[in-house]
Amino acid sequence: MRKITRRDAFKLGAGAAALAASSGLAKPGQAQSLSFTPEKGAKLRVLRWKRFVQGDEDLWMANTRKFTEQTGVEVVTEHESWEDVRPKAAVAANIGSGPDIIVGWYDDPHQYPDKLVDLTDLAEYLGDKYGGWYPVAREYGTRQGRWISLPLGAAGNCIVYRKSWMNEAGFDSFPKDTDGLLRLCQALNKNGHPPGFALGNAVGDGNVWTHWLLWSFGGQMVDSNNQVVINSPETINALEYARELYETFIPGTVSWLDAHNNKAFLSGQIGLTANGISVYYAAKTQGSAFVDDIYHANMPVGPVGKPTELNLFTQAMLFSHSKYPNAAKEFLRFMWEKEQYEPWQQAAIGYITQPLKAYESNPVWTADPKHTPYRDTVANMLTNGHAGTLGYSSAAAMADFIVVNMVAEAAAGREAAKDAAARAEKRALRYYKV
Amino acid sequence: MAEATIGRPTPQRLSLWARIDNNRTVLGLCMMLPAGALLLVFLSYPLGLGVWLGLTDTTIGRKGGFIGLENYELLFDDSVFWLSVFNTFLYTVVASAFKFALGLWLALILNNRLPFKALLRAIVLLPWIVPTVLSAIAFWWIYDSQFSIISWSLQRLGLIDQYVNFLGDANNARAAVIAANVWRGIPFVAICLLAGLQTIPQSLYEAAVLDGASEWQRFRCVTFPLLTPIIAVVMTFSVLFTFTDFQLIYVLTRGGPFNATHLMATLSFQRAIPGGQLGEGAAIATAMVPFLLAAIIFSYFGLQRRRWQQGAAND
Repeated sequence: MRKITRRDAFKLGAGAAALAASSGLAKPGQAQSLSFTPEKGAKLRVLRWKRFVQGDEDLWMANTRKFTEQTGVEVVTEHESWEDVRPKAAVAANIGSGPDIIVGWYDDPHQYPDKLVDLTDLAEYLGDKYGGWYPVAREYGTRQGRWISLPLGAAGNCIVYRKSWMNEAGFDSFPKDTDGLLRLCQALNKNGHPPGFALGNAVGDGNVWTHWLLWSFGGQMVDSNNQVVINSPETINALEYARELYETFIPGTVSWLDAHNNKAFLSGQIGLTANGISVYYAAKTQGSAFVDDIYHANMPVGPVGKPTELNLFTQAMLFSHSKYPNAAKEFLRFMWEKEQYEPWQQAAIGYITQPLKAYESNPVWTADPKHTPYRDTVANMLTNGHAGTLGYSSAAAMADFIVVNMVAEAAAGREAAKDAAARAEKRALRYYKV
Repeated sequence: MAEATIGRPTPQRLSLWARIDNNRTVLGLCMMLPAGALLLVFLSYPLGLGVWLGLTDTTIGRKGGFIGLENYELLFDDSVFWLSVFNTFLYTVVASAFKFALGLWLALILNNRLPFKALLRAIVLLPWIVPTVLSAIAFWWIYDSQFSIISWSLQRLGLIDQYVNFLGDANNARAAVIAANVWRGIPFVAICLLAGLQTIPQSLYEAAVLDGASEWQRFRCVTFPLLTPIIAVVMTFSVLFTFTDFQLIYVLTRGGPFNATHLMATLSFQRAIPGGQLGEGAAIATAMVPFLLAAIIFSYFGLQRRRWQQGAAND
């Protein structure tokens, strides 16, 4: 092996510095204080999903203004309904024009990785500075070892329940496992406070809880080689469980889209559901009579013995058609730094759970103990393509509601569990072609 | 013969440009050029591109290659696709039939002498004027499994014990979305047919009355035959609108429950845009074209005026 001399080391260092300077790094080599020099006259267009809680938008915009004041870079922020971001991002990628930065969902960046600017330097810097990325954030943000997007976090999903009704049903604390959840739901339903989980083609809530259910019993759409393995005894166990759970639900959940469970919970018709913190936020801001009775718990653990959550994961993509990549990177760095990120999380009462471990200590998670379960949702989650890779197939399979339909068919008794699993397998095979 | 020779203008040798300049066909083509260009750019090109995409494996963010009919072969073996074809036909046939019957009925009522006729006609148009998304949201509440006004009323009247599961049962959901579509589509049919009714000469009715025709006979032998051409046009449009409906389903059910209300248009969108499979989505959309063409051909023949309407005998 060749020995590295002092001269070589010097050359290497100079080379690295030159490389860093050419890529716009102003202070190379200092992991704790990285910044990018915006291009002259830079202007940015940022497209993000429209807020679910008002505080999110207020602070996001305040932080953006702060960035403009500090750097002189004008930023135009567009807010789109959350489901419309995906098609817009896809069009931007396809035609090579549009916003510089798009804050999208799940595996979006893995559908057009070659249209995105490499964010490895920025992501590694943030990771080093803020306690590292959670494994799932790294999985979502990287492809073949390079960062293609910058994870913003996930709209965490927890069980939202009425504590007094849980106590009335004979439970002192919230059950930690799926068996306990079933018993609680049965007792709640008996007392006239049934639970309800969305089983319609609900893009957010439907996908989130049905994937948790499938994985918590050890079922999965594909294995690590992207081979379809959904038609398994584990899946069938999950579906049998779903049928028992469904019997306790309020009628009509098969038609539920994303907003139905919020409405039903806030009107006191159901005693338990799975949702983001937005229900609690709405109850608080609207002055609901039972806001003190609303509590949260992490999704229970199934027979696999470890958390298997799916949460609405969101990440920022910087498109290579951007004329101002350095300004865009600087904007992302600025927004992800503690001074901006933590107040933003606080304003949204933790609607978005951080992808960086250091933000676990954000006071928002402990200021109100009811926020605490949401803190761990990213640590507890798997990717939507689990256990395979993220890409076209994982996006297409989820968009086609394969898991949601399978669970709904089996739960509502439209198909026997084994038939529902077989149908799902056939549908999944179309996307995971060899 | 000599006269003829004198009468004929002396043939002149015209330059090519002058001949083109004087040619009415060329002038006509020039006049049509702007419209033709617009059609080509905004209609033929997207349609052609859609058909081409259906023959490729294009996904979002990646240019695909030509794969022939593979998308169609895949769809042929896809139960969800066939379910959407079935749903689309059921939706179109049932909704169009209801829209026609109720629309014609409404037109006949509005054609009578009524107080506040103009106001009534304006009110009738309301469902058509309101943006579909807004009326769909209203129906979303009407069909809600927990807050439905229909269920609430029926329960208060003591007619039902449990709220109606409008959108949570496959057949109920189909009926519910068809009802919403019918509600929205009636005004279009009614107002167009009303316009048709008003073109029928009063003298024909007078003659029929003198012949002792009953009300039903007047409708069957005067009104209906004279209304046929406009019925053909209106129903063609109505069928086209219904066949390609998207917004109503997208807001109310997203194609659920169990894909029981997925139409070809909604499935095409779901596969192409959120699912990223542009090629397959385009193939589903292209599969709609033959049916739409059939509707247009039907309208073309319906539009042909019958000979008796031009004074000849009807054979």
